[in-house]
Amino acid sequence: MKQMVVVGAGPAGMAAAKAASAAGVEVVLVDAGPKLGGQYHRQYNLVDGDRFELPDEVEHLAESTVWALEPTDGGHRVHIRTGAADDPERTGRVVETRALVLATGAYDRTLPFPGWDLPGVFTAGAAYALARGQGIAVGDRVMVAGTGPFLLPAAVSLIQAGAHVVGILEANEPVTRWLPRPLAALAGWRKAGELARHTALLARHGVPISTRSAVIAAHGDERVEAVLTARLDRHWHPLPHSDRRFEVDAAVVGFGFTPQLELAVAARCEIEDGFVAVDAAQATSTGGVFAAGEITGIGGADLAAAEGTVAGTAAAKLLGARVRPPLRAMERVRSWRRFAAALAEAYPVESGWHGWLRESTLVCRCEEVTYGELRRAVTERGIGGPASLEHATRAGIGMCQGRVCGANIAALAGIPGVAEGVARRPVAVPVRLGELAAER
Amino acid sequence: MRVRVDGEETAAEAGQTIAALLMSRGRRSWRTARGDGRPRGLFCGIGVCYDCLVVVNGTPDVRACARVVAEGDDIRSQDPVEQAS
Repeated sequence: MKQMVVVGAGPAGMAAAKAASAAGVEVVLVDAGPKLGGQYHRQYNLVDGDRFELPDEVEHLAESTVWALEPTDGGHRVHIRTGAADDPERTGRVVETRALVLATGAYDRTLPFPGWDLPGVFTAGAAYALARGQGIAVGDRVMVAGTGPFLLPAAVSLIQAGAHVVGILEANEPVTRWLPRPLAALAGWRKAGELARHTALLARHGVPISTRSAVIAAHGDERVEAVLTARLDRHWHPLPHSDRRFEVDAAVVGFGFTPQLELAVAARCEIEDGFVAVDAAQATSTGGVFAAGEITGIGGADLAAAEGTVAGTAAAKLLGARVRPPLRAMERVRSWRRFAAALAEAYPVESGWHGWLRESTLVCRCEEVTYGELRRAVTERGIGGPASLEHATRAGIGMCQGRVCGANIAALAGIPGVAEGVARRPVAVPVRLGELAAER
Repeated sequence: MRVRVDGEETAAEAGQTIAALLMSRGRRSWRTARGDGRPRGLFCGIGVCYDCLVVVNGTPDVRACARVVAEGDDIRSQDPVEQAS
């Protein structure tokens, strides 16, 4: 059974599939999107054709999700459903493999603030996906806020889709944190070039970029009509009397990324500091399971692609293929990881955001749990673990299964392990009961 | 192609997501939250948050950001009563 399964067709998954097929291994590449590329290389979907090309040995299953992994003797049974998103008529398929590469990527981390549940508040990833994939700007006058380098391409994508970006508010002061890490800055010189191009475009459009600033509230009746911004101290506490109101019809927010861990957790891979632990060959603690890309640490598309090459090669070797050690890719991984470490250090999420919340601010959007309810559960009822917190407040048990609120609730409640706990679910993505019944 | 949005026939493009179709028509919300009844629309845009749910051809809880339109789709905004378990 010389068949490998790769989950996720972003930079990591595509590279893994290419490397394995180059070694003569047949690959099934599963991805939820209609086209290759994943989130960062999101393609315009209103035209036919695919900008990426994969070798013939790679079978690309588009519009497909892996909803369960089942351990078998020496491998995994991968349960896949293919078809229009959330459609009860999707078709099921089960692939058995001894080598599984998880490249499931990450999604935006967002922080709650008063009014963040109003229509017109979007994640940076939403703005980017709609602009790049669908050619639509999420608003006419948009404020972009949060932390991390992804805010810049998100703002650029908005401008290119026709929006007026009122400003970009970066909550950190990244420049000063970059200076002590010259090695890392060197590793990121290509990235720096990319960021410089974004910055130049933003400057041409007169978009002001402010550091140590944030959107701390969104105002509006049925949709966003304005945002309240503030200057922050270095712990992200708003500075007194620094509030400003901007009339906008959209607020785009992103505070870095959260890895999509469900399948790694389902495969019982060891998780370390919130990411999948891997060795130099991208092997996880579970035999026959490799991980590449953002689920092993947030580091961007180049690091993901290099890790994918290493993972695909190692997985092919496990299946008995003759491979040459991917030394160059391994070297790229090492150097990009230095860059990634510097990124993480330059763009932390500081705890001052807790102070942006009011008692009535939702912390869990699905189950509409307020900050007040959460706080009372923790302080008055002495709730100390993730499971009991979910039972007491319903936080994290809604449709998104804690993907949006998990890390925030963990931080607010002071409970470690909530984020990992919420990724632990028997079914990795919601499937319809009828589909489950049809599976056997 | 032609689809229906809350009973009204409208043109849509191949490859368009339901969220993009609704937003290009000026809609910002198409669901109400179960508890406080407040409007909800697109949030994460990449299939993670389940905030942008719509009813498509009678099936509730379809993510508008992930679902690509198909000829003749009957798309309806989702009221709390239609949220299936």
